[in-house]
Amino acid sequence: MDEAQKLNVPVMAELAAKNESPEILFWVGCAGSYDDRYKKVTRAFIKILNKLNISYAVLGTEETCTGDPARRAGNEFLYQMQATANIQVLDGYKIKKIVTTCPHCFNTLKNEYPDLGGNYEVTHHSVFLQQLIDEGKIKVKDGGSFKGKKITYHDSCFLGRANDIYEAPRKVLEEMDAHLVEMKNCRSQGLCCGAGGAQMFKEAEPGAKEVFEKRTSEALATGASVVASACPFCMTMLSDGIKNEEKESEVEVRDIVEIVAESLNL
Amino acid sequence: MAYLQQIIFLLILGTAGYFLWKRIILIRNNIRLGKNLDRTDNHSERFKSMLLVAFGQRKMFKNIIPAILHLFVYVGFVVINFEVLEFIIDGLAGTHRIFAPYLGGFYNVLMNIFEFLAVSVLAACAVFLFRRNVLRVKRFTQPEMTSWPLLDANLILITEIVLMLAILSMNAADQVLQTRGVTGYVFTGQLVFSGFLVPGFDGLPAGWLVFIERFAWWFHIIGILGFAIYVTWSKHLHIFMAFPNTWYSDLTPMGKMENMDSVTNEVKIMLGLTTDGAAAQAPEEIGRFGAKDINDLTWKNLMDAYTCTECGRCTAECPANQTGKKLSPRKIMMDVRDRTEEVGNSLVKNGKGFDDGKSLLGDYIIKEELNACTSCNACVEACPVLINPLQIILEMRRYIAMEESGSPAQWNIMFQNIETSFSPWKFAPADRFNWAKE
Repeated sequence: MDEAQKLNVPVMAELAAKNESPEILFWVGCAGSYDDRYKKVTRAFIKILNKLNISYAVLGTEETCTGDPARRAGNEFLYQMQATANIQVLDGYKIKKIVTTCPHCFNTLKNEYPDLGGNYEVTHHSVFLQQLIDEGKIKVKDGGSFKGKKITYHDSCFLGRANDIYEAPRKVLEEMDAHLVEMKNCRSQGLCCGAGGAQMFKEAEPGAKEVFEKRTSEALATGASVVASACPFCMTMLSDGIKNEEKESEVEVRDIVEIVAESLNL
Repeated sequence: MAYLQQIIFLLILGTAGYFLWKRIILIRNNIRLGKNLDRTDNHSERFKSMLLVAFGQRKMFKNIIPAILHLFVYVGFVVINFEVLEFIIDGLAGTHRIFAPYLGGFYNVLMNIFEFLAVSVLAACAVFLFRRNVLRVKRFTQPEMTSWPLLDANLILITEIVLMLAILSMNAADQVLQTRGVTGYVFTGQLVFSGFLVPGFDGLPAGWLVFIERFAWWFHIIGILGFAIYVTWSKHLHIFMAFPNTWYSDLTPMGKMENMDSVTNEVKIMLGLTTDGAAAQAPEEIGRFGAKDINDLTWKNLMDAYTCTECGRCTAECPANQTGKKLSPRKIMMDVRDRTEEVGNSLVKNGKGFDDGKSLLGDYIIKEELNACTSCNACVEACPVLINPLQIILEMRRYIAMEESGSPAQWNIMFQNIETSFSPWKFAPADRFNWAKE
């Protein structure tokens, strides 16, 4: 992990001590911080931010759960405790812009924190990457390692229906010269991975099968060798589904930011 | 004697109007059992939403075959209402086809359009009956679609077919009477669709034809009036409710949950953040947290329930339902309406403030249904009239979590983890930044 050790991640508190204020806060999220698989996504995003010399910082140990899972499970009290505390930290650093790699954090920070006085310009990494591509800051020479690869994109409910973001992640993948194929249910009719609404944190209710099994079979039916996602929970559910089908040697689940980083040889 | 028919007509119209009015008031009061919610803002966006979604049927066109069939019935319903206007004026004034002399040749064009629509409505309803009862399209045969909801659906379709047949028979008889020059039967010109029925009426004596024509006329107008009253008990109420419901729809992104201001006050007090203003206005009748019964929901949630036409697009798109879980967003809406009617009727009977000892949670909707929701918004996206079942589900989860502490055990553990480790998983907060060093 030599390369990883070189990862230089600016932390808000340290910059503030030096009287510096970065342009953007990267909100990592709990999955991006603790989940072994999603940590790789976090690191891939950091590599891109560093490579492009973007002025950013993370909260490090000062970051806490946005409160989304508590809120969706009905515990409004706990949600508001988290949100109010987070807003104090964010406002303490006078943060204006936030980018995050988690659609759940994104939705809560963008749509729900304003009700509690937290107003920020919040961007999900899919839109952030698309903007970098549009500005010409990300250019993939000769297509990169995903050129011509059959990729299917799984819409996260909290990006898609919840916030109307369908095209940005697809444009990013097209820019990588990937051969994009759609699942039977996509965009506004995309099927959930099964983890939203705090389902990630409990067993599913009794039923005929798991939601992630159904979604996985839709993904596998496309014949794609890569299932692209843009959400930590979707990634977990689809990876589990593919393992269940014993297809993990043929099909991999990758976050769009990993695909971009790899195409850039980062 | 000359005025007898007009008097009878006026009596029928008045009686129908009275019962219809009573139902409208009751439903309006029932919707007002819900909690306050301000939806008076942004008139231009609201108008656009109503115009595109209700009037323009935009969301129907995700599924093209039912969309076209539904469009026939919808346009038929809207346009044929102009003919009903003529019926009512004729009924009150004792005239026959009062518009004909004024509109001249255009009356013939209009009548032919009406007939075309009548035939379209008839055909579409026949196909709908076939889809429901023979093809048994899945969303029409799920567990909540038995007994009354099933009968209701079929009654609506059959009634519409019968009403259209009445119009066509009336016009056919009328045409034969016109050609025979019977007094009172003004010339309408050739009517194409009822023209196909003319051979069946041609050989009948004039007396019979007048009887058929009059019978069909009375049958149609009484049928329409009766249907209008019936609709207030039926899922078919969407023909009216779709308009206010799209007007008052939620204009914020689907992902946003409504903030609970009552909780905000408490949180601020706990964190020592209260300003004097907030403390002063603090505990004004908080009621309960979340929703146990219909009066804990907002009036818009209840309006949603009255708007639901039980088409089941929400349930068909629901990932939980697709994988065999108990949750069906349509059933949530049907339960809310049934319970609202029950509460409303009980208040009329027993007076204001009466508690019948039942509630939406438990007696209608159980936790297993609510716990299966992934909050994916597929149901919200699917609804052609902008109903939001998700809001109701989440509101009921709030009650279970905050008033009963009755959430699933694994969620309670997740809550604890957030409280103690600031993450839904039990990891040490000090390790949160380790990813950068690994």
